[in-house]
Amino acid sequence: MSSPTTEHTPAVRPTLANRVREYAAGSGTIWILGALVALVIAFTVLAPTTFASAYNVRSLFTDAAILLVLGVGMTFVIITAGIDLSVGSVLVFSGVVSAQVMSAFGGTEAGLLGVFAGLLVALLSGVAWGALNGVLIGVFGIPPLIVTLGTFGAALGLAKVLTNGVDDRNVPTILADTIGTGTIGGIPWLVIIAMVVTVLGALLLGLTRFGRHTKAIGSNAEGARRVGVAVKPQLIKVYALAGLLAGLGGFLSLARFSTTTIAGHTTDNLTVIAAVVLGGTSLFGGIGSVVGTAIGVFIPAVLQNGFVILGIQPFWQEFAVGVVLILAVFFDQYRRRARSKGASRRGKHPAPPRATESLGAAPPAPAGAKERINNG
Amino acid sequence: MSSKKPLLQARSITRSFGQVQALRGASFDVYEGEIVALIGDNGAGKSTLVKCLSGADRPDGGEVLLEGKPVSITSPTHAQSLGIETVYQDLSLAPDLDPAANLFLGRELLKPGLGWLGVLDNSRMQSEARAAFRELGTELLSFTAPVASLSGGQKQNVAVARSIAWASKVVFMDEPTAALGVVQREKVLDVIRRVRDKGISVVLISHNMPEVIAVADRVEVLRLGQRVARFEAQQSTVEDLVAAMTGALIQEDVA
Ligand SMILES: Nc1ncnc2c1ncn2[C@@H]1O[C@H](COP(=O)(O)OP(=O)(O)OP(=O)(O)O)[C@@H](O)[C@H]1O
Ligand SMILES: [Mg+2]
Repeated sequence: MSSPTTEHTPAVRPTLANRVREYAAGSGTIWILGALVALVIAFTVLAPTTFASAYNVRSLFTDAAILLVLGVGMTFVIITAGIDLSVGSVLVFSGVVSAQVMSAFGGTEAGLLGVFAGLLVALLSGVAWGALNGVLIGVFGIPPLIVTLGTFGAALGLAKVLTNGVDDRNVPTILADTIGTGTIGGIPWLVIIAMVVTVLGALLLGLTRFGRHTKAIGSNAEGARRVGVAVKPQLIKVYALAGLLAGLGGFLSLARFSTTTIAGHTTDNLTVIAAVVLGGTSLFGGIGSVVGTAIGVFIPAVLQNGFVILGIQPFWQEFAVGVVLILAVFFDQYRRRARSKGASRRGKHPAPPRATESLGAAPPAPAGAKERINNG
Repeated sequence: MSSKKPLLQARSITRSFGQVQALRGASFDVYEGEIVALIGDNGAGKSTLVKCLSGADRPDGGEVLLEGKPVSITSPTHAQSLGIETVYQDLSLAPDLDPAANLFLGRELLKPGLGWLGVLDNSRMQSEARAAFRELGTELLSFTAPVASLSGGQKQNVAVARSIAWASKVVFMDEPTAALGVVQREKVLDVIRRVRDKGISVVLISHNMPEVIAVADRVEVLRLGQRVARFEAQQSTVEDLVAAMTGALIQEDVA
């Protein structure tokens, strides 16, 4: 006992195979980054003057910017083993109330004060919807799918009530000209904002206690609760964060299109979820990265853009993303299975029959984990 | 043993899950600086009792005394602040996090100066985790691989290391040796003795009677949600323990 150097745990041997398996299990993003790079190279080779032009690259990034902002919030939500279907509707609702406030400040003529008021209202309304989701999920224990399906309809419905279903086009010119279409040093405002959000999101997830607790909840909510992680408040914060970013997305969308685009966001939720999952975040919770999501957002965007440029029917993009999405989830499950199989294969001593019961850690057990939140 | 002072006492704890009465007035005593084994057949209510005493569950009725004073343990965090740690039967680890992250889960160390932002001090947590495992006398090959990739015994070691790293009064260990091979099992039992020698009481739940007699100072027997017998481990035999567990021997007047 006193000389740990003589006592090696009999179980693990650092064979190359184990190393490789561990590495592959840890990094889903590598593969999807490879896929993105391959796509970019392919389109660049096939259409060097058009696909790789500065104009096209800029519009590609601009198109992706708002989805990326939504994706950062969605990443946190999915890591808790949750889902947020309401993002697109919260975006629309926040845009509507923001536009109405800016109208009160003078509409297209509104000044900086009006724009800031509009931003504040958009963010607040986003946080409010997100926190509502979080409370219903974390405190009342209603499954995320149902809660956010409900707020998906409710937020869009209220947005239509507020506008009678007619888009509000009273967006301040100074907003549209700067954040909407302006650039700084050739880089669109929208892209800069999305990048800042992405970097902050990545730091929050990777380096802070907030990020670690988010992963712990998705990994084993009851276990996290037992060691003192405040599971319910954390869930509320995570959904509020997703709402905040949806609110920001609503404001950015107003700036970009100079209208509330009420009908334009019904499939945002699915697009964003697909991007997050493509980026290596596990639908079973516990694993994920914001950087992966950024890559995941660009895969459909690049496909769409490239197909248009090559004159391929752009509908193929939808088909291709669907196929890739299913493959991504399949590989996620495969990775997880390989990981737990690898572990038991490495255990030299056969476990006593009761052991299986006590190894509550064997993934995937997301359904149970989610239910256990509710009992807490 | 009689010179020792009671540290944690449970009196007539009841807990039902719908129709199932898991605890029917169970009592249990932990004295200072001892290893007490809590034994009983499957479903006797051991894990439920441990959860009630470690804040993971709330009893329906009964009383808990800590150092003679009544306490109502409201949450795991509350129990931890009282110096009570637990290795749960299902381990309660986060499989996607690495061993160090699990060791410090809920009690993360933050970077000096950046703590207000909640920035983690991962390198310090890693090195302290290594030290904790070294103290346990076990080694992990990788401190950065997720816990899910560890063997069953290694997972158990992570859970044990976490509990003893933080405990100041009592550690509950719900079948900490269940998944272990002979060598690992001996190591954990050694750790349990060393924890006791530091003055921290250990409650050991185990189905392995020779192990119980070898390591425990005292044994308390739970049957159908009630305490039915207490033994000094030195003066008891496997036969006594089994008799008490199966109801062939009842010492206590159970209402
Ligand atoms: N959360 C729960 N919901 C419903 N019933 C429960 C729950 N927890 C425990 N029980 C029931 O309470 C009884 C006691 O269970 P407990 O887990 O405490 O037994 P145990 O003594 O730890 O058994 P084992 O040796 O098998 O671990 C069992 O009948 C069990 O089915
Ligand atoms: Mg048990």
